Amino acid sequence: MQNELSIKSGSHFLFRNKVEGQIEVAEGKFLLTFEKQFELKAGHVVALTSGADIAPRIYSLCCGENEQYMQILYDLKPEGQLTPLLSTLKTGSYIYVSKPYGSFMPEKEMPMWWIATGTGIAPFRSMLQTGYKPQILLHGARVKDNFYFEREFKTALKAAYIQCYSGNEGVGDFFGRVSKYLEQKEQLPHDNKYYLCGRALMVVEVRDLLISKGIPYENIISEIFF
Amino acid sequence: MVEKEMNQEQENKKSVDNEAQNQIKAEIKKPLFGSTLDELTALVLELGLPKFTAKQLADWLYKKEISSIEEMSNLSKKAREQLSEKYELGLKPSVKVQESKDGTKKYLFPTDSGKYIETAMIPDKNRKTVCVSSQIGCKMGCLFCMTGKQGFNGQLTAGEIVNQVRMIDEFSSITNIVYMGMGEPFDNLDEVLKSTEILTAEWGYAMSPRRITVSSIGIVPALKRFLNESNCNLAISVHTPFEEQRQQLMPVQLAYPLHEVLDEIRSFDFDNQRKISFEYIVFGGLNDSPEHVKEMARIFNGIKCRVNLIRFHPIPGTPLQQTDESRLQQFKDALNSKGILTIIRSSRGQDIFAACGLLSTKGL
Repeated sequence: MQNELSIKSGSHFLFRNKVEGQIEVAEGKFLLTFEKQFELKAGHVVALTSGADIAPRIYSLCCGENEQYMQILYDLKPEGQLTPLLSTLKTGSYIYVSKPYGSFMPEKEMPMWWIATGTGIAPFRSMLQTGYKPQILLHGARVKDNFYFEREFKTALKAAYIQCYSGNEGVGDFFGRVSKYLEQKEQLPHDNKYYLCGRALMVVEVRDLLISKGIPYENIISEIFF
Repeated sequence: MVEKEMNQEQENKKSVDNEAQNQIKAEIKKPLFGSTLDELTALVLELGLPKFTAKQLADWLYKKEISSIEEMSNLSKKAREQLSEKYELGLKPSVKVQESKDGTKKYLFPTDSGKYIETAMIPDKNRKTVCVSSQIGCKMGCLFCMTGKQGFNGQLTAGEIVNQVRMIDEFSSITNIVYMGMGEPFDNLDEVLKSTEILTAEWGYAMSPRRITVSSIGIVPALKRFLNESNCNLAISVHTPFEEQRQQLMPVQLAYPLHEVLDEIRSFDFDNQRKISFEYIVFGGLNDSPEHVKEMARIFNGIKCRVNLIRFHPIPGTPLQQTDESRLQQFKDALNSKGILTIIRSSRGQDIFAACGLLSTKGL
């Protein structure tokens, strides 16, 4: 059990926070629910750690602005320092969490495309739960189980939710990576905002592709996992 | 029944596969090159050799020019045989060299993982600077960099980093080393620190750490370690003093904001010799305004540093533009007038894609 009420790491103050639940949503992927101590905006991130001795990492929140709790979706890295500890947390355990912050936020009234791979879907669930809807949500995964929150997105977005599947189980709406889907699309609206979240390679590839298709750079907003 | 038989068959196959893998592992010899003196000591003790053999090995690896363990003539025949059973020298020659019209050379080296990395050698009057890679590709995704476009394909070992210095034609006349090639050095800090130890230690190449600069985008936990555990110079990629704009150029800003990087540098007690420089690629109409000058003067206040302005080399798929020469000069003068020592770094090797931000082995 952690005793300090708050700890400082870099420019962040992190506050002691109680875990309200944790489920393994797919193999090695966890949805961690914890107390809501501060207001958040859809698309915000938090710095989070299990204790003062471990450097915090940044996670996108994946819950709506009006929920009574906060959630993150994370990938267990067996070789990492933090996630093996996080994955063992039970309800009532303590973690340390910063105030939510960030700039990956949707603009009201602006038509958007959301593009994610893997756990990069997290901020888009936050946006969806808050009431935002995209023109298109492209979610890329190589394993069927990694289309997290599939039912929520399908119900809310219907045909605007497109699963890009690059594994070999024959599922999804489109066979291939999100970049292939975009490449094959003849026309992309230039006045939409494109939100990209995922690993660097996907973000860089899609960013370049969108620019080559004439999307102004100021309309491409990206968030990369580190 | 059929299922049982299939399972048995699969088990047998698995066991054959494991045996084959173990055999392959046993046959792959580990490289000696890239080992620190401590590692060499552990290695010789494990082989039952006298402890002083480690120092002899370091001499052969880093002070002399040999191409096989067999040439280590002051080691007993038995010791050489023992070493050869498990180890190889581990030096890897380049597989391709390109030379620019300005004399800059770009070397292509293979890695243990079957991929390739690039190394640049930049001659300039009395200096010969080697620009080494620290990773195969890069995870950081900076908007202006070609390396990021190939994604991340793996870490380099200390041996693979030092090999880039040792195996170029100009090895004996190198004056400076910069970790500004492919990859983010602070994302591979253990191997980078091992490599700088080999380059600077008395038992290694005994180079002055003042002639080595490690350049990073500023991963704060690694920065702390680097400042405490190394004496080499530090360069930080800034590219704009405004944090929101920096995040558009360098996504790492979200995880490690510039003000945290500068706070860390400010809190460290530097001696007079160790240099800090800030790298600043100048993009036309984006980060070359008087407001940028003012903000740089504000955020660099209290840090004894130098700013290196770098011309942007356009790459495919980027909306960024080059700045014109007169504006670049004005920007430099404005920074100097604010008391920030600023120089314009000359662009070298652009015709062979060896210039800043252009290294990539994506097509290989």
